[in-house]
Amino acid sequence: MSSLPADVEAMVGAIQYEEQGEFPVERGYIWTTCSSVENGNPLFWDDDVATEITDGPIAPSTMLSVWFRPHHWVPGRTSSGLPLQVHFDLKDAFDLPEAVMTDNTLVFHEPVRPGDLLSTRQILQSVSEEKPTKLGTGRFWVIDVEYRNQRGDLVGVESYTGFGYRKAG
Amino acid sequence: MMGTPARGITADAVKPGDRLPELKHDMTATTIVLGALAARDWRPMHHDHDFAVNRNGMRDLFMSTPNQAAWFERYVTDWTGPKGRLGRMKFRMIGSVFAGDTMVLSGSVEGIEVDDRGCAWAQLALAVSVEGTVVTECAARIALPRDGDDNPWARRGDRWQP
Repeated sequence: MSSLPADVEAMVGAIQYEEQGEFPVERGYIWTTCSSVENGNPLFWDDDVATEITDGPIAPSTMLSVWFRPHHWVPGRTSSGLPLQVHFDLKDAFDLPEAVMTDNTLVFHEPVRPGDLLSTRQILQSVSEEKPTKLGTGRFWVIDVEYRNQRGDLVGVESYTGFGYRKAG
Repeated sequence: MMGTPARGITADAVKPGDRLPELKHDMTATTIVLGALAARDWRPMHHDHDFAVNRNGMRDLFMSTPNQAAWFERYVTDWTGPKGRLGRMKFRMIGSVFAGDTMVLSGSVEGIEVDDRGCAWAQLALAVSVEGTVVTECAARIALPRDGDDNPWARRGDRWQP
């Protein structure tokens, strides 16, 4: 028997927050990301290698979520967009002031290329009962984020486990 | 033929139990902040020391999840070469990597298989450790070329089963 509030119960399995990225995939972020982890893979630095192996430049696979994180500020925006909004909705719904991510699964499909404009949608898969942990008492939840390019090709699916909690003591 | 064949391993040279060479890196506040901002993660615990310590109750600034994924990707493709194509990664965050930590990435081959579409896959068990304690585990499935002519990146549609 589920003890979830009706508004949260209704979120489970629903497609939410279908959104386009705020800017096309671009090489500046690809190079900054490679630089941040000293990734010298020639796919990202040598166009001849990229042409030979991947039919042109691509983005590192793990950059999927980078392309939909909103700008910190844009002119005229009144509400502050938050990445993974379902996560923050759940924090609010359960009045849990703190949250961390505990598990993250990434599945990669078509490569992401400079110039692609990705879209995403979020699907809440599950919410746990309240559980005590060393951080505090709270709930675990699993959220899937699907990513597609402008041609409708699936480029990846990211699955997050979040833990929203109230600090112990 | 233009150029030279891209360097890297092929699936026939890999067997279960093989270990990937370790990678050590000294994390600083700069590398933590650089990684978070490269990932467009503006949340304060990855750049604001006071917030990380006094609000989140953490020891220092700590690495963001997407930046850890980027470190794992770099670590694995250092080993495979550019023809290695990641299919799937599952992360388990146990602890955190803080500014000032020396991070060690390690990994081993758990299995090798060829799927029914003829794609060769290595299953890897990877870890980030600090002072001998594992802080993040990652199970990765990566496609490898079967020989010098094979290229996992050429697979599309149902020939790619990550």
